[in-house]
Amino acid sequence: MIGGDPTATFRLEAQDLLVQIEEGLLDLSRRPGDRSLIDAVFRGLHTLKGSGAMFGFDALAAFTHHCESAFDKVRKGQAEASADLIAAVLAAQDHMRALAEGREASDAVGQALLERLHQAVEGGGGEPAEPAAPAAPAKSAWIVRFRLPPSALVNGARPLALLDELRELGECTVTALTDGVPPLADLVPTECHLAWEVRLKTEQPRSAIEDVFIFLIDDMTLSIEPELQADAQPQLAAEPAVEAKAEAPPPLAEAKAARVAETVRVPAERLDELMDRVGELVIAQSRLKQIATASTELNLRAVSEEIERLAAELRDTMLVVRMVPISQMFGRFRRLIHDLGRETGKAIEFVTEGESTELDKTVIERLADPLVHLIRNAADHGLEAPEDRVAAGKPETGRITLAARQAGGDVIITISDDGRGVNRARVRAKAEEAGLVAPGATLTDADLLQFIFHPGFSTAKAITSLSGRGVGMDVVKRTIESLRGSIEMTSEADRGSQIALRIPLTLAIIDGLLVRVAGDRYVIPLAAVEECVELSVEQDLRSTGRSLLTLRDRLVPFIRLRELFNTGTPPDPHQKVVVVSTGAERVGLVVDQILGDHQTVIKSLSAFHADVETFSGATILGDGGVALILDMAHLVAAGQHRDAQMRAAG
Amino acid sequence: MSQSMQSWQVLTFDLDGETFALEAGLVREVLDIAPETAVPGAAPFVGAVINFRGRIIPLADLRLAFGLSRGETTLNSRIVVIEYDLGGEPTLIGVRADKVHEVTVIEGAEAEEPPRVGLRWRSDFVRRLARRGGDLIVLPDLEQIFTTRGGASGAVVPLPQTA
Repeated sequence: MIGGDPTATFRLEAQDLLVQIEEGLLDLSRRPGDRSLIDAVFRGLHTLKGSGAMFGFDALAAFTHHCESAFDKVRKGQAEASADLIAAVLAAQDHMRALAEGREASDAVGQALLERLHQAVEGGGGEPAEPAAPAAPAKSAWIVRFRLPPSALVNGARPLALLDELRELGECTVTALTDGVPPLADLVPTECHLAWEVRLKTEQPRSAIEDVFIFLIDDMTLSIEPELQADAQPQLAAEPAVEAKAEAPPPLAEAKAARVAETVRVPAERLDELMDRVGELVIAQSRLKQIATASTELNLRAVSEEIERLAAELRDTMLVVRMVPISQMFGRFRRLIHDLGRETGKAIEFVTEGESTELDKTVIERLADPLVHLIRNAADHGLEAPEDRVAAGKPETGRITLAARQAGGDVIITISDDGRGVNRARVRAKAEEAGLVAPGATLTDADLLQFIFHPGFSTAKAITSLSGRGVGMDVVKRTIESLRGSIEMTSEADRGSQIALRIPLTLAIIDGLLVRVAGDRYVIPLAAVEECVELSVEQDLRSTGRSLLTLRDRLVPFIRLRELFNTGTPPDPHQKVVVVSTGAERVGLVVDQILGDHQTVIKSLSAFHADVETFSGATILGDGGVALILDMAHLVAAGQHRDAQMRAAG
Repeated sequence: MSQSMQSWQVLTFDLDGETFALEAGLVREVLDIAPETAVPGAAPFVGAVINFRGRIIPLADLRLAFGLSRGETTLNSRIVVIEYDLGGEPTLIGVRADKVHEVTVIEGAEAEEPPRVGLRWRSDFVRRLARRGGDLIVLPDLEQIFTTRGGASGAVVPLPQTA
């Protein structure tokens, strides 16, 4: 709270709280009645209200207060955590988010939400809540003593608000303890010198009293004792602060404090800067290596090797720092599924697998939109209405699975549903109608499914608010390709569809294979390389005109990079073929020489070269020269295209 | 009158015997010729990139925009690195020069609008022409040249098609 913009700090905190609340609510919808979840949601709301008021977000605090009260009823067993209630609180939570971010949020909307919430609570409470709630617990008397740190007032704590909250719990007698007040000459007017003793008679449990101090607990001294019959005179001066602290903190605050100590929030651009520096270091290091290798100076070589090792370690550490678990993003989709289920009237079970899989943070950010689209599609187009499902002999509840796993340098994310699958006939009709394919032409199943990724292609008969406008799948494909990833779809009639996204772990540095074509050097991402073979003279001759290579009884189309790049000089006598693949498709790239592997720091090309699709970027080599990085998706597509053309030509 | 009062501080350089000038405010550095890497498929006007202090920057050749011939690289050849706003993004761009002269001031009185006719070059590529001694100094219109990539028709070389 000290330093920085307190409002911004609050917003960050509020964001975290809202995420916690949302997760709690969604978990609760699956395990209604789970005490610890109900408590967690309640505490989240309570903290949000408290901090909101403290930072002057009064509208938020007031609104949250109502939600808190509603949830309090659930907590006390007076209402049930019904689906309606959870939906109502989720909706209310969006409103809170708007308020916390300072967006325009109309009071009318807030009122409507509260009305809905009210109904949900009353509706749930209509049936007698289990006899579990014992009628009016006996009042107990407590002595609460608390002392705030001297800086509390400067940091925005309001003792009066705390006292008011205690008063809400029950009958209070408040005494200010002035023993900490220094002589006037030493008094610093902005510091808090008072402590308070509150005698409280309440029906609430001890935890309710602790909740009042929930966001100050780390810094303050607090003691809560049952008032003894003897009414022994309390002596605050003798109260050891340490003991009070050990006694008081509720487990949540403790756990939270521990977590805060372990993680540091770092602005994303600082990480990016650091990554740039590491990239430059790696480049400088490879220059050093080149000099050292040419030198006979043993000491220089030793240092160079040492630096090479350190640079590699630093690079790996840096890459790990940028990795975040994908669970962050998966959490968001649970909410999406919840809303989709209500909108479409379909019962949807959402299963996630491999949440601990990690990906570069930039990649995760850019994946969110495409995944939202794919999940919407699965819910809207993929899954059938409940009655159709029953008729088809499937369970009424549809299932959407979102899974992530790491495979080498890639992460594979699959979205699958157990719905009706893609209707081939409809796709075909659509493709013919759009003139994408000649009527009656033979198409492989994979080719047919590819049309789904064509711009403006939608097979939905009716356009719904969710999807079906035909803008999307092509955008999804482009986004994935811009991440150097690939997308593949499989689908089985009545069994469901699966879309697999293959995404590289990081965008900044890749392992590359350095090759030479004429006088220039190029980098092929090593992850895409399957094998390197020599282009024999016979194959070279035989293949003129038909650029196909037989590799272990399979035909692989190949591209002569010399032709593609118009180098104009005669090729080297012994040409090599680098076989690359993205997913199932393979293509050979004919080069003059294979130079070896290279740690490639990817730099983007300027706007002048944005239209050159063959290259995804460039990198600086050890000798200061520049090598362009070949774009695999583009080259493989080009190779497949040529292959198809040649097959068509016979 | 007010127009003729305007003056430009410029860096002058030669290309194929003609004198050109770039606003000095844009210039970041003048480099000796560095090894360059061709970008196959790019517009010939920006057909290569160079390594400029760890950054990869495009190398533009104004000769192609003005239909001049590409001479031999000599000891005097230089690359003028300028920073220019390219589609909202400040971009470092290398500009080839056969020989770099000096930083000088062109007075408004010396400079004139390019004539619509009788000019060897596309008049929209020329911002101002200045006469000095018997010489002509060309202030190119970089905005126009850069957006049209030196007048090249989007020369993306397609994949070779087989018959």
